[in-house]
Amino acid sequence: MQQWFMLTVVGKDQPGIVARVTTRLFDGGCNLGEASMARLGGNFTIMLMAQYDGSIDALRRLLAPDVAALNLHLHIDGIDGHLHAHVVPDTRISVFGADRAGIVAQVTTALAGAGFNVLDLESDVAGTERQPIYVMHIEGCAARGVDALEQALEKVRREGVEVRLVPIDTMIG
Amino acid sequence: MSLLDVVTYPDPRLTQKAIAVAQFDDELRAFVRDLEATMRGGPPSVGIAAPQVGRSLRIAIVDVSVKPNIAHHGRLVLINPEILHAEGSVVGREGCLSVPDYTGNVMRAGRVEVTALDEYGSEMIYAFEGFEARAVQHEIDHLNGLLFLDRLVSRRNDLFRRKVYK
Ligand SMILES: [Zn+2]
Repeated sequence: MQQWFMLTVVGKDQPGIVARVTTRLFDGGCNLGEASMARLGGNFTIMLMAQYDGSIDALRRLLAPDVAALNLHLHIDGIDGHLHAHVVPDTRISVFGADRAGIVAQVTTALAGAGFNVLDLESDVAGTERQPIYVMHIEGCAARGVDALEQALEKVRREGVEVRLVPIDTMIG
Repeated sequence: MSLLDVVTYPDPRLTQKAIAVAQFDDELRAFVRDLEATMRGGPPSVGIAAPQVGRSLRIAIVDVSVKPNIAHHGRLVLINPEILHAEGSVVGREGCLSVPDYTGNVMRAGRVEVTALDEYGSEMIYAFEGFEARAVQHEIDHLNGLLFLDRLVSRRNDLFRRKVYK
């Protein structure tokens, strides 16, 4: 039984990182699972699941030439991996406002308190350096319903953050 | 009445244009009953099309009445359906019995006018909107050999943002 690993790769963004790393993994006998890449503050970041017969050290040695050539940081964890286990989100939450410390913590704490389970979160700081705007999108499951979320978010709204809840009605056909 | 096996991607029967129904007989109605039983007997779904059980026939069934608070026409048997008119575009999340364990965002017309025959060969004209319009378009796609995978839009948010502000 092949073991699943979670690889986290961070570095300065440059063309061809994904192609180079995934080709190396494929040639080294890895089977790739799910992956998520994002460019955060100009930095390249990717997390990817890889199934591999060897050890963490062997995997690290496999990628060593690319890590050195592209000046990447690589982190590897052995994980209990499962494919075909997607949870379908039922609520999407958009948050935006003038950027200030603590928005993410406030919003996510309010959501957690109302039984919300975050499945996907991404946020950006937009606007200008003088007037930064914070924009966040979250998808997840409202275990206790949307009304509980609306109530929990009232306090956050009173502090000047726009929060919008949109139900995600997935059509299966 | 029996449950039929649902074929899943990449089965080539899902990517073929299905053939128009010509005979409105008991055999057709028996198949429609089996198709409906398959839709209701499997994982929760609001529509099914004949190619999803491996039959190249232009037959779809849609029933979105389980969803609360939406406009709908109840149980629909759509045979040889044609979209007469489509307007608006809305992004929404879709999944498919033939594509297990994946959902994605797809752009669909918000309103569609459709003509179709029922299982007795009577011509019907429907005006669908919202969730029901999405289901009907998804099923008609199946009859044309298309899956929602063919129409995926980015997971990023600008489309949603536009929809919220409209
Ligand atoms: Zn489908």
